[in-house]
Amino acid sequence: MSDALVEIDDLKVHFPIKSGLLFDRTVGHVYAVDGVSLTIAKGETYGLVGESGCGKSTLGRGLLRLVEPTSGSIKFDGTDVRALAGEKMRQFRRRMQMVFQDPMSSLDPRQSVQSLLVEGLKAHGLHADAPTRLKSTLDAVGLPASALSKYPHEFSGGQRQRIGIARALVLGPELIVADEPVSALDVSIQAQVVNLLGDLQDSLGLTYLVIAHDLAVIRHISDIIGVMYLGALVEEASADQLYSRPLHPYTRALLSAVPIPDPRVEDRRERMLLAGDLPSPANPPSGCRFRTRCPWSQLRCASERPALRVFDDSGQRVACHFAAEILSGKLRPHEVRAELVRPDSPGADAGGELIPTQPDLPTQ
Amino acid sequence: MPLLDVRDLSVTFERRGTRPVRAVDGVSFTVEPGQTVGLVGESGCGKSVTSLAIMGLLPRRGNKVTGEVRFEDTDLLTLRPKDLRDWRGRDIGMIFQDPLSSLNPVIPLGVQVAEVLERHQGRTRQAALREARELLDAVGIPDPARRLKEFPHQLSGGMRQRALIAIALACKPRLLIADEPTTALDVTIQAQILTLLKELVDDSGTALVMITHDLGVVAGLCDTVNVLYAGKVVERAYRHDLFAEPRHPYTHGLLQSVPRLDVDRGERLHQIRGSVSDNIPWPEGCAFAPRCDRLVDDCIGETVPLEPTFRGGALRCTNPVPKEVAV
Repeated sequence: MSDALVEIDDLKVHFPIKSGLLFDRTVGHVYAVDGVSLTIAKGETYGLVGESGCGKSTLGRGLLRLVEPTSGSIKFDGTDVRALAGEKMRQFRRRMQMVFQDPMSSLDPRQSVQSLLVEGLKAHGLHADAPTRLKSTLDAVGLPASALSKYPHEFSGGQRQRIGIARALVLGPELIVADEPVSALDVSIQAQVVNLLGDLQDSLGLTYLVIAHDLAVIRHISDIIGVMYLGALVEEASADQLYSRPLHPYTRALLSAVPIPDPRVEDRRERMLLAGDLPSPANPPSGCRFRTRCPWSQLRCASERPALRVFDDSGQRVACHFAAEILSGKLRPHEVRAELVRPDSPGADAGGELIPTQPDLPTQ
Repeated sequence: MPLLDVRDLSVTFERRGTRPVRAVDGVSFTVEPGQTVGLVGESGCGKSVTSLAIMGLLPRRGNKVTGEVRFEDTDLLTLRPKDLRDWRGRDIGMIFQDPLSSLNPVIPLGVQVAEVLERHQGRTRQAALREARELLDAVGIPDPARRLKEFPHQLSGGMRQRALIAIALACKPRLLIADEPTTALDVTIQAQILTLLKELVDDSGTALVMITHDLGVVAGLCDTVNVLYAGKVVERAYRHDLFAEPRHPYTHGLLQSVPRLDVDRGERLHQIRGSVSDNIPWPEGCAFAPRCDRLVDDCIGETVPLEPTFRGGALRCTNPVPKEVAV
């Protein structure tokens, strides 16, 4: 394994829930990211999957300090990112860039592509050789040079996402955090962007943190995959290992829920349906967070929160007390009743306002 | 006799000063009683407009709808809006993509379910609410008695979609149109909703028109699949045939460009060139031609007809993917 570029240790991002008329009292916290440790190796792609509200986007933003983490440490190429202040941090941002989900809303409609791309260069004092940089970047993402004078609305969805990638790329970053880079795109366009990300990695030696809810896409582009549930990693393994031997009950449920475009497979498949919804991240269940929906949950799961531990020599990490028993079939699943999940509880409501989450919609 | 027979349906949007846009261009398909039919395509292919036109839900101004939509013996397009209202909800139910925007935010859920029963079956509010409770229970909403008094924002996305299904199925319609019912939901919730829909459709014998962009959803649910591109049906097939041997280059390309969980991951994904919005430089001919790898001279210039194939399938292509090459 090559050197680590990013090391995150016990990262927490908690959002306060404020209430009160005159004084803002903090009445609770939304535990968006609650103790995540992971390592991203140089030149590799780390894929984060999970459902909406599991904290995967917040983790990506916390890593870039677009939201300030509550605690924990982030090391980027040996530098403690959280210790950098003001101007130092601003300059450091050149090395880690972000690609957002919806290219239409993340590109300023009144800026031409040239102005969008030059803005970052100017901010980092790199605009001296702007023309050559712009040309090579556009080349790399497969846009014609004539694109420079156009505006975002003149492009199709796939091309807009290429502009978004170009904007991140033009600064010559080492790490790109891509938050749902293809989920707003049509199927036939998704493949183009996925391939582009792969090509760029090969030619420029980039490191990616790709955040997505689509397991098939994540598996295709990632080397290592982390599965998140309610603010914490529940499982981490290499892409092939995770899909051939999922250990955590949640990973199993996720994998079995993905529809496969082949009727022969669909008819034969055994589905593991999860009961109920994601609990509120403001009021997570005690012990294991997944226990309210887990068909294998035991008494111990309610009292003791399982740590993410290395399962065996393969390096697969799992946060489940009974991973081995479930794998060997010693522990049998039982019926789970759907519990009421109330989005109107104070926590979830306040959290919903704090983090405006977009539903993971492909464009209609 | 088919339950729903859509013949040569076209929808043209016209606005003064702009070129008319033909969103749906001569779509024909039939739905037999109890059958599940899929309409698949990417954004802008006209799948949602087709469903809105069938239900008469397009705005009155600014568009022209031609063709026939026969529901048993009645042409729905010729009905007056007042009469059509008797059919909607009673004989044809509809589920929309975003449950939050299709439920009324200021009316309790129970009333929204009950009003369908009051309108179509003449129940009293009391009786309708009692039945609404059973309906919510049937779609798997826990604690239905309390949910009746709650408002849509108090429910999670999956629960809202269940409530919408309860409303659509309240009068036991013979046809249900579901327009991207799971697109706004997470995968685990999507699996719950799809399983529920399948069970309800199997139990009640309701025919289902499933509109989606997700080929995986179609594979598990639909009997017959219509693939739409630029407002036209380009391929229709029994689902096993479609996925085993896609003949149209578009279908073939789509199936190859989706990364799949059950096969080993390859190096690169197959990609289809260009994008849907690419202008078609010719007035007649195949709309997919600018992106097609199997382009021949015959594709351009004259309209390619939808030719029947086997087992009720049909194909609109002059140079289809040969059978042995197909995945």
